[in-house]
Amino acid sequence: MNAYLTSLSAIVLREGLRFVHQRERFVAALVRPLVWLLVFAAGFRAALGLSIIPPYQTYITYETYIVPGLCGMILLFNGMQSSLSLVYDREMGSIKLLLTAPLPRGWLLFCKLLGSTMISVLQVYAFLAIAALFDVRMPGWGYVTVLPALIIAGLMLGSLGLLLSSFIKQLENFAGVMNFVIFPMFFLSSALYPLWKMAESSELLHDICAVNPFTHAVELIRFALYADWNGMALLWTVLATVVFGVVALIGYDPARGRIARRG
Amino acid sequence: MTGLEATGLTYSYGHKTALKDVSFDVPAGAFCALLGPNGAGKSTLFNLLTRLFVAPEGRIVIAGHDLRSNPHAALAALGIVFQQTTLDLDLTVQQNLRYFAALHGLSGRLARTRIDATLDQLNMRERAGEKARALNGGHRRRTEIARALLHDPSVLLLDEPTVGLDAAARASITDDAHMLAARGKTILWATHLTDEVQPDDALIILHRARVLATGTARDIAGDQSLKDRFLHMTGAEA
Repeated sequence: MNAYLTSLSAIVLREGLRFVHQRERFVAALVRPLVWLLVFAAGFRAALGLSIIPPYQTYITYETYIVPGLCGMILLFNGMQSSLSLVYDREMGSIKLLLTAPLPRGWLLFCKLLGSTMISVLQVYAFLAIAALFDVRMPGWGYVTVLPALIIAGLMLGSLGLLLSSFIKQLENFAGVMNFVIFPMFFLSSALYPLWKMAESSELLHDICAVNPFTHAVELIRFALYADWNGMALLWTVLATVVFGVVALIGYDPARGRIARRG
Repeated sequence: MTGLEATGLTYSYGHKTALKDVSFDVPAGAFCALLGPNGAGKSTLFNLLTRLFVAPEGRIVIAGHDLRSNPHAALAALGIVFQQTTLDLDLTVQQNLRYFAALHGLSGRLARTRIDATLDQLNMRERAGEKARALNGGHRRRTEIARALLHDPSVLLLDEPTVGLDAAARASITDDAHMLAARGKTILWATHLTDEVQPDDALIILHRARVLATGTARDIAGDQSLKDRFLHMTGAEA
């Protein structure tokens, strides 16, 4: 095995081991979307009327509508969690081990990103399985066709986390990420309500939702769950991944980035 | 084969100069102590030597490889023990070492052989299956030194590796490093404690971002003890 693949498998394995050692993280990551699905969605079911919009071909319950958004929520929280762990690693010094390995820094960070995305995807599948137990089911093939969409969306949100981790100086600043990144990204998206519904109350909010990359990640997952194609969502998500990834790489560049300007 | 060479390194954090025109040369197979009070610039120098930062001016050559033009070859020749512990405390000693070996492209039987050999070298073999969290400070440090040796680097950097250790562990780790130099490794050992430096060691004294003196510890100390000489040199400037 060459050095690139060896390092990739070791970094992914380490992310996996780390995850196994933090079982409470797994439970928390599952409880959050399940509460939304089983409590919030049940309560709002009557209040929100949904028309038939693609990819749905019939009337659906609100629980079914928000499943892709909740998959996105798991990926979003995990992406931020991995950014938190990078800041923690930096404070603890273990990120230095990664950054001083004799391989391109971009590759090492990509391995880290892929590792955390794999963990996120596993969590999404665990969530989908539990949702199915509560009779919120997707078409059979959807569970397969959603996989690439989850990986792409996971990489996008993970690279956003990577970008933020290069800008966050200390662990304490992480609370700000919750307020200024996670919540706006989640609520200003199509995760909880279709965009046309948003347009009814405010055009401006609709427009913000429409450019939010998280909306496109959720739509990519939504269509993929129904084995349907959404080229625009794919394009936006990939584009956002590239932009976040490039800015993160600049942030981690030893000569140019913010990492270099820190004492 | 050259050991470690730094020429004209200058680095600032905004307006604060951390290193000013720092140059030194550690011959291959030498134990060189980098002595400086807190805030002298030792950690910044380590960050530059390990390419965590890149100096806008100056040149670093590790075992003949220029760190700027050939960073991966230079880093591959470098073993590093950071000041803070960088072990994953939830993993065993062996898992920590295997992870690091993979970052340096070592896997399978070769990695296992190297892990066993370095753990033997540091008398840590029997602790291979213990979680890092269960180790005392001295053993954690030894694990990190074993880890830094896994890929058989020719240059070893240790940044205040005895911080927080008791006297016995400190003496033992210092002896280990001298033994490694005797076996041909080039060692740069940052410290602010003069008792870790032996008279025949090469010595660089860093103070307020500049190199104050280079030579053997014996020559720099002259007719004083190294401690008195060091305090005099750095105190007189304070």
